[in-house]
Amino acid sequence: MSLAQKIFELFKKKEKIQTGGGQKALDKQASMGKMSARERIKTLLDPNSFHEYDLFVEHMCKDFDMDKKMLAADGVITGTGTIYGHPVGIFAQDFTVAGGSLGLMHARKITKIMDHAVKLGIPLIGINDSGGARIQEGVNSLAGYGEIFYRNTLASGVIPQISVILGPCAGGAVYSPALTDFVFVVDKISKMFITGPEVIKTVLGEEISMEDLGGARVQTEITGNAHFFSNSEVECFDQIKRLITFIPWNNNAKAKTFPPKSPKDNYKIVNIIPPISTKPYDIRNVIKALCDDSDFFEIQEGWAANIVIGFARLEGDTVGIVANQPMVMAGVLDVDSSDKAARFIRFCDAFNIPLITLVDLPGYLPGVDQEHAGVIRHGAKLLYSYSEATVPKITVILRKAYGGGYIAMCSRHLGADFVFAWPTAEIAVMGPEGAANIIFRNEIMNAPEPNEMRKLKVQEYTEKFANPYIAAANGHIDAVINPGETRDYLIHSLKISVNKSESRAKKKHGIPPF
Amino acid sequence: MGFHHFDMSKEENLKKLEIDSTLYETKLTSKYLNRKPVPIKDPRKLTAFIPGIIRKIHVREGMKIKPGDNLLVLEAMKMENIITSSIEGRVKKIYVKEGETIMRNHILIEIE
Repeated sequence: MSLAQKIFELFKKKEKIQTGGGQKALDKQASMGKMSARERIKTLLDPNSFHEYDLFVEHMCKDFDMDKKMLAADGVITGTGTIYGHPVGIFAQDFTVAGGSLGLMHARKITKIMDHAVKLGIPLIGINDSGGARIQEGVNSLAGYGEIFYRNTLASGVIPQISVILGPCAGGAVYSPALTDFVFVVDKISKMFITGPEVIKTVLGEEISMEDLGGARVQTEITGNAHFFSNSEVECFDQIKRLITFIPWNNNAKAKTFPPKSPKDNYKIVNIIPPISTKPYDIRNVIKALCDDSDFFEIQEGWAANIVIGFARLEGDTVGIVANQPMVMAGVLDVDSSDKAARFIRFCDAFNIPLITLVDLPGYLPGVDQEHAGVIRHGAKLLYSYSEATVPKITVILRKAYGGGYIAMCSRHLGADFVFAWPTAEIAVMGPEGAANIIFRNEIMNAPEPNEMRKLKVQEYTEKFANPYIAAANGHIDAVINPGETRDYLIHSLKISVNKSESRAKKKHGIPPF
Repeated sequence: MGFHHFDMSKEENLKKLEIDSTLYETKLTSKYLNRKPVPIKDPRKLTAFIPGIIRKIHVREGMKIKPGDNLLVLEAMKMENIITSSIEGRVKKIYVKEGETIMRNHILIEIE
């Protein structure tokens, strides 16, 4: 056979496998409003950057007549490519091939690309669209999942791991995305659950649709399992591309520096903050007034909205922002908001992204439901991750910083490098009302006009303690600054912190209150 | 299912939230608004801790019972759970029948 013939033979072999489950199955995938696995990779990566590996891998199952079946690429496409020039490892499960079911060789293709990504120090993107375990392969299929979970865990904190749910992802399969850093879902396409509606109906008698059980909205607004919601696959890929620009390739690298830009003129701090500290405002406008080009990339927007987290740039460099949101639940800390912020802080710390914390909170949310849901254990995660983080930590106290909430929001006491406060800051053990009621309890009770006396005492407390100057007098904050100077202070603090180093006692790993 | 979408640009839908005697103006999440009051356990009213099927009822209304007495068998997740009394008393009312499928927190037996 001549070389030309051999090359033609290769072309024919590749062409056959690249049609996945065949035209009929591809048409069915399209009729569900879903792109094919190959289209997804093509849309997400830079044009012509995708290089595929293991195209000819075949399963080795002999039971249930499986030896007579050829599954194209064993139902998963793996390779490397680039996004805006950034290298990434990628795999995409192909639902048109045996429902994207996971057998041992399918899993081995995934673990191989994962190992590559870790060795090369590049982010890994996994596109999940699978009916689950390939039942015919029995325990081998479970082995495959386990090998993936193991690698997800070892890669955690070494390379950024991104999961995209573009179809069903059920049973044990959900745990790979759950172990990764960012999970993307698309409305009406993504479905994640451990036990499906059928099982729930049989065992518990409760009826629920797949969408209401584990659809995209549920995962982004109720469970917090997913970080990004979108209305279409194309929108979802745009979000992933944007994320890639904010994060480094691995834990030994820094995120790419962009040309510095000023915030947009229409975001002015003085116009955003109401003078009365019980009145709300949207903290995201403050973030936009501080960051380059007013460009804030929010994460987990729909879940635990009382805390806002996300990436932005200051003078061209990526920062992670954690901020209380007075517009939602007065910005209180609770079970979910503590979880949300704590995990984000650990991501930033692992990947050399400085942390900016904006504080305006009345404290923790009171309630039996919160106590019973474990607000002690969950709240502790926030303290843990802030204290553990060794990246530059800069805190700005805008208005309220009361009690345990003050400590938790990256106070000096948890190792903040710089703490700045606006003149509107109220750094105190609790709000004036509550404090006056306790401290002046007897005077109020015994006064001829208790309400008048209470008002008087609240005012007295407010004047004396609801300000930043007592904390400043004790050195707990470094400077009381004009809000208009905040961006300058942040940029300067970041610049002088580039070589920050902190030594800690040697340990295998800490034991965070999971 | 009520999903919350916040239009931060509008000042409407602002509610009051009390923290440490101070009222804050803010938006409340549907999770907060839909939170269920935590029921205070009354040992005289036995409820199902898990949804399932009543397999057997060992007592009749009016029967005297001691702590530890078997009251009924609740099958859930293929497990038979023997429900016992934690107090002494008399069976006032039985709210379920053998073979009946019940949901979580369904009242089973009342003791007086």
